[in-house]
Amino acid sequence: MSDYNFAYLDEQTKRMIRRAILKGLAIPGYQVPFASREMPMPYGWGTGGVQVSAAVLKPDDTFKVIDQGADDTTNAVSIRRFFQKTAGVAVTEATEEASVIQTRHRIPEAELRADQILVYQVPIPEPLRFLEPSEVETRKMHALEEYGLMHVKLYEDISQHGDIATAYAYPVKVEGRYVMDPSPIPKFDNPKLKMAGIQLFGAGREQRIYAIPPYTDVVSLDFEDYPFQPTKADHACDLCGAEDSYLDELIMDDAGKRMFMCSDTDYCATRRKGGHIGAQGAPHREDAA
Amino acid sequence: MTPLLQVENLAKFYGHRIGCTDVSFDLFPGEVMGIVGESGSGKSTLLNCLAGHLTPDRGAVRFDTRAEGLKDTITMSEPERRMLGRTDWAFVHQHARDGLRMNVSAGGNVGERLMAVNARHYGNIRAEAIDWLGRVEITQDRIDERPTAFSGGMQQRLQIARNLVTGPRLVFMDEPTGGLDVSVQARLLDLLRSLVREMNLSAIIVTHDLAVVRLLADRLMVMKDGHVIETGLTDQVLDDPQQAYTQLLVSSVLQV
Repeated sequence: MSDYNFAYLDEQTKRMIRRAILKGLAIPGYQVPFASREMPMPYGWGTGGVQVSAAVLKPDDTFKVIDQGADDTTNAVSIRRFFQKTAGVAVTEATEEASVIQTRHRIPEAELRADQILVYQVPIPEPLRFLEPSEVETRKMHALEEYGLMHVKLYEDISQHGDIATAYAYPVKVEGRYVMDPSPIPKFDNPKLKMAGIQLFGAGREQRIYAIPPYTDVVSLDFEDYPFQPTKADHACDLCGAEDSYLDELIMDDAGKRMFMCSDTDYCATRRKGGHIGAQGAPHREDAA
Repeated sequence: MTPLLQVENLAKFYGHRIGCTDVSFDLFPGEVMGIVGESGSGKSTLLNCLAGHLTPDRGAVRFDTRAEGLKDTITMSEPERRMLGRTDWAFVHQHARDGLRMNVSAGGNVGERLMAVNARHYGNIRAEAIDWLGRVEITQDRIDERPTAFSGGMQQRLQIARNLVTGPRLVFMDEPTGGLDVSVQARLLDLLRSLVREMNLSAIIVTHDLAVVRLLADRLMVMKDGHVIETGLTDQVLDDPQQAYTQLLVSSVLQV
């Protein structure tokens, strides 16, 4: 353990953030303003998520960080190390074992349990931002439940692309009240937003925290004749053969050779350990990097 | 007969200066009223007070709501007033850019009010938008273009379609023909006149163009320095003005 206060932030700040989290849980989908702190990382790298994680972490927690589903990318590795150093908590790459999971742009494939907390990093918390530039006006629209404008965006999608082309940050309505931006997760993940775990959303630069309590109703917005459809690449994972997980596409060479693989690295590795092999996958070896 | 809009002793001040004061009138269903006067006479202030964009300092504006009959729009709750603003009321701005979403296609602009009152069927919304674009003489193949690609006259017509799509009962117009050239003005006036008659709309039109009120308005209100100085039937006021200022106004019109 180092000379940092537990989990980097001072206790007063954590208290302030916890109050915002509690308020957010009490009003599902409502954006609670909070006094976001400077963190030792640039805005856009998850300062909001890190502050929320710092406020909910306990010494006996097991922490996991994913970035686009992967445990081994720069952002995920550095945030995981940050809390290893400042909070001394145990860390893991296994979704099963984690009690707090910080994520950027994905929900893990494995179903989360009631004793797990999922913390999202949010770049822009306001779903109406690019339709209505005034924050005063958008707050009023939330307060008065005037959400017609959100459908104008979906209308524009259909009129221009023939279908709802919004593929990520797909707007949802929480518990029949607030329209919420689920952060830039693919719309494939939207149905998973109704889950047993607590979901907390932190936007550091925009100074907002919002939350979805367990088992809260989350409905993706759509039209009657163009219903919401979660989409993924029409393929199976080339490493583990999974057909139900969200896939990343990898360009292999200059000749257009491509490969699809699970974006959730832990899910893929667990399946390969279990003996599943995809079209281009090799059998699992313990010593493989 | 219940008036659609009942205005009583309305006053709005900007500090010590008068915006408008002592305005009272009744507007009945199907009636079109013109408000004329020079720049700074308080006509836009009055219109904005009536439409709920400004809060007046004194007086009452009672609107005949569908559910509860005559109700003061100044003291009613904001959600209720905003609901009126997107259902029973329409507001046509002088500059189409103020009334349109410039980064949304023409169809989306017309559809917005429908979606605001919970239309959730894309096909129906689009059919309605096409119908309304046709009514304001915008061809169907321009439905997916943004208003930035439209001429000034087309933008103004699009704004009118966007406002009338939910079948409002009262339309506020702030210089609807301002900034358009005369031939486009003439066509727009023609269009407005037929829409107003066809839909049996009530309207309040603010303008400094006497030709506009001569064509559209049944009744006329002349304003100067924040006061109403003369009211009456349009033809009566324009052909036989009583007040010195009204006489000046009528005689100032250039004859071609």
